Amino acid sequence: MSKFTKKRGKASPEVSTASLPDIIFMLLFFFMVVTVMRSSDKLVDVIVPEATELTKLEKKSLVNQIYIGKPMEQYRDIYGSAPRIQLNDKISDEDDIPIFLEKHKIKVPENQRSKITSSLRVDGEVTMGIVQDVKTALRKANQLKVNYSTRPKAN
Amino acid sequence: MLKRKKNNRVKNEVNAGSMADIAFLLLIFFLVTTTIDIDKGITVKLPPWSNEEVDPTKLNKRNVFSVLVNADDQLLVRGEIAQVEELRERAKEFIVNPENREDLAEKPTKAIISLKNDRGTSYGTYIQVYNELKAAYNELWTERLNKMPGYSEAVFNKDLPLDVRRAVRAEIPFVLSEAEPTNFGEE
Repeated sequence: MSKFTKKRGKASPEVSTASLPDIIFMLLFFFMVVTVMRSSDKLVDVIVPEATELTKLEKKSLVNQIYIGKPMEQYRDIYGSAPRIQLNDKISDEDDIPIFLEKHKIKVPENQRSKITSSLRVDGEVTMGIVQDVKTALRKANQLKVNYSTRPKAN
Repeated sequence: MLKRKKNNRVKNEVNAGSMADIAFLLLIFFLVTTTIDIDKGITVKLPPWSNEEVDPTKLNKRNVFSVLVNADDQLLVRGEIAQVEELRERAKEFIVNPENREDLAEKPTKAIISLKNDRGTSYGTYIQVYNELKAAYNELWTERLNKMPGYSEAVFNKDLPLDVRRAVRAEIPFVLSEAEPTNFGEE
């Protein structure tokens, strides 16, 4: 018996746990940085075109997103294959845009409302007809700051 | 017996003191290298909605740089068929008019770019055309900026002081009017 206990007492194969908090914090920070908050699921396929003259959109809270593209494969039975507009997580028409803008507006402090930008994420294959309808709706709703979302052109 | 002695001597404990440093190093590495998916794009200010259309015939023809894009994504620049690639140079020449030609803009402040497309034009082409026109102005702004004292190497961008940007843009204002699109080729 004594043979056993002695052996255990001497060898101490414990891994130090002192650094575990650091590792956990590191992981936490890493995921905090990397995760992009996606508020809505995409229902339409969007591959934005390329361009060179880009501006960054700074404040995420001042941006509302409008997606235009063909409904994704799995939703084509419901929505058809013609390009549609997606607001939040619903397929919509241009008539829904004023309400969508208003809903976003009330979340923004009053003194910053003039800085609200609409980010149009439009698929490159879509024809201008539907884009024009959206632009007209935005103009009518007095939402004049618009950003055509594009990818930087690889040289 | 021999084995036991060996165990006694080797202390199998890893020095944990430097672990925190390694963790912080990694943290900083990831902080620096990962980029958050930033929204980028071409920012445009739409004209306010009004029912009356601006009549382009009232304008002096030499001051209007008309760009038409049809449903087959072909370009017509000032009445001639053109390619997207040459648009930038032509727009720049039109705005600055270095040789004082009769048919180009009187001066940059009077130049107007008129863009008209069809409802069947693809969005990709529209963005390409818009991008080229914007690029023409950006290049002109940079050229103008380089003539100002203290900015001979600078590039025109958002980081410049606002009054400098305003001064440059006042001399070469970006006026782009978009006409209501035609409807010949929408699917």
